[in-house]
Amino acid sequence: MSLDVSNLSFSYTKESRLVLNGVSFSAKSGDLLAVLGPNGVGKSTLFRCILGFLTNYSGQIQLNGIDLKKLDSRSIARMVAYIPQSTYPVFNFAVLDLVLMGMTNQIRLLGEPKAEHVEKALKAMKSLGIDKLKNAGYAEISGGERQLALIARALVQDAKILIMDEPTANLDYGNQIRVMRRIRKLADAGYLIILSTHNPEHAFLYANRVLVIKDGCVIADGIPSADLTAELIGTVYGVKVHVDDYQNIAGVHKICVPVDTDYSDNADD
Amino acid sequence: MTDNSADDRKLPNYKLRFLILLILTVICIFVSFAVGRFSLDISTAAALMYVKIVSMFDPHVVLAQNYADYSVLFNIRLPRVIAALLVGAALSVAGAAYQGMFQNPLVSPDILGASAGAGFGAAVAILLGLGSTDIMIFAFFGGLAAVGGAYGVSLLSKGPSTLSMVLAGILVSSLFSAGLSYIKLVADTTNELPAITYWLMGSLASMTWMHVIYVLPIILIGLIPLFLLKWRINILTLGEDEARSLGVNTGLLRLAVIVCATLLTAASVSITGVIGWVGLVIPHFARMAFGCDYRRIIPVSVVMGACFLLAVDDCARTMATIEVPIGILTAFLGAPIFAYLLITGGRH
Repeated sequence: MSLDVSNLSFSYTKESRLVLNGVSFSAKSGDLLAVLGPNGVGKSTLFRCILGFLTNYSGQIQLNGIDLKKLDSRSIARMVAYIPQSTYPVFNFAVLDLVLMGMTNQIRLLGEPKAEHVEKALKAMKSLGIDKLKNAGYAEISGGERQLALIARALVQDAKILIMDEPTANLDYGNQIRVMRRIRKLADAGYLIILSTHNPEHAFLYANRVLVIKDGCVIADGIPSADLTAELIGTVYGVKVHVDDYQNIAGVHKICVPVDTDYSDNADD
Repeated sequence: MTDNSADDRKLPNYKLRFLILLILTVICIFVSFAVGRFSLDISTAAALMYVKIVSMFDPHVVLAQNYADYSVLFNIRLPRVIAALLVGAALSVAGAAYQGMFQNPLVSPDILGASAGAGFGAAVAILLGLGSTDIMIFAFFGGLAAVGGAYGVSLLSKGPSTLSMVLAGILVSSLFSAGLSYIKLVADTTNELPAITYWLMGSLASMTWMHVIYVLPIILIGLIPLFLLKWRINILTLGEDEARSLGVNTGLLRLAVIVCATLLTAASVSITGVIGWVGLVIPHFARMAFGCDYRRIIPVSVVMGACFLLAVDDCARTMATIEVPIGILTAFLGAPIFAYLLITGGRH
């Protein structure tokens, strides 16, 4: 599976500014690509283009070498799955019923899930450790479990590209790490994962690729440990940070801490 | 992940609950045969029904009953009971489908203006001095026109489609309400105005076989696709982006739901007048007892809505010496329930 984005530009109306301005990057199976950038720089717009929600972009998006514009939503759904932020739901579906919805593109228009679909859903839930929650209400489980349920729904969709919009937003510290660890394992199993995050440490710990976006342009594309420097993070987010090596039994990895020695408001301006 | 009391939870016995609901409905039907000004006990009604059914298949069996009993049961009460069942089912399913589609449990079947349009259509027919069949037809097409207008406006507008649909529904409803007010203003106050006012209150009092035969095919045309698409409606509840990412053509599916729900609502309102609250409240009860899955919600709404409206109609017939319009009664029951839903946030 491969994803190639070349020279992608997008604006919501003809007169308004470009939300994406000449974005290019490629990714392949096994990649966990972390997209960093402040709020409103076009991360979500980029995802919406790749998912086929927004079609009036210029440039090209290719899935496995096929132009996205030539695919209908059903075909896109076979290749790309979307994992939204876990929000509190309006309707309190049982977790199993929610996961079953991932198989929409494998069920006839007037059909309903059968035993084989239920089995597949339970298998995916088991691989994420949430099979015991099958009858629990989606509104009653924790934020981390909700995120895992959404991931299970994406897995049964049989798409090999997973797009995740800030999968760790709204999660407590422990759940952030547990969810990221599951996501890394999925990349190791051959999925192509693109996720947005505001936490450089998640990129350091789990991503093998990082894409930094500012004002609709890609300003860095590389390996987190080498290319995600303190200077870059500082420029993108407008704060001072310190990036350092941290040695533990697993090896050396990078850590990122904000530096705030001056408590006056204008320190960074 | 974390320990949770929701682990390994057993699902309630939905089949048993559905069976109880069905039995309750059957009891309700037989009680409805018996209640009313003319006394007819349940056993006589049951015997008459039995003989009637047998005589349809065996020409040797002849109905040898008191003619008044027969006439009250088959010409007055039976069409009324069937109409109540059909209208209750239709409004509830339409409400359930719209609530899913708009991802909002506080939506009712006339959200896109079906009732306002039907009310306007009926008022026009009454003003023109037309008969009850024409009033029905005018009301039906008035309802369709209102929803068509709302859908058209929402297609032409930019922005999130469900939000623009709700706004377009409000717009069209207020337009038709204004039209209705104008008709009331110019209507003659001795005959036409009371007729319009009474029609708007909603009533099952004048149901005949003609109404049932007219409304049945339209309700079936609206109901059957929703039954077949019931699992897909689940996916619409996720919202535009998620539904599309799962490979669903949301525009077409939404249009199918709107067409079906509008046929159900317009057909119901055209024979009974405006009966509010049923379509809002029944889907809630359905969700409370049967969960959110539309594979259960659609059939449960049919039975529960049918049973509820029939029971309320029985109250309407027996509560006072003059018959209370059912639209008033459903509002009396519906408003406190709606308050409860608002206070609890409408979530279950």
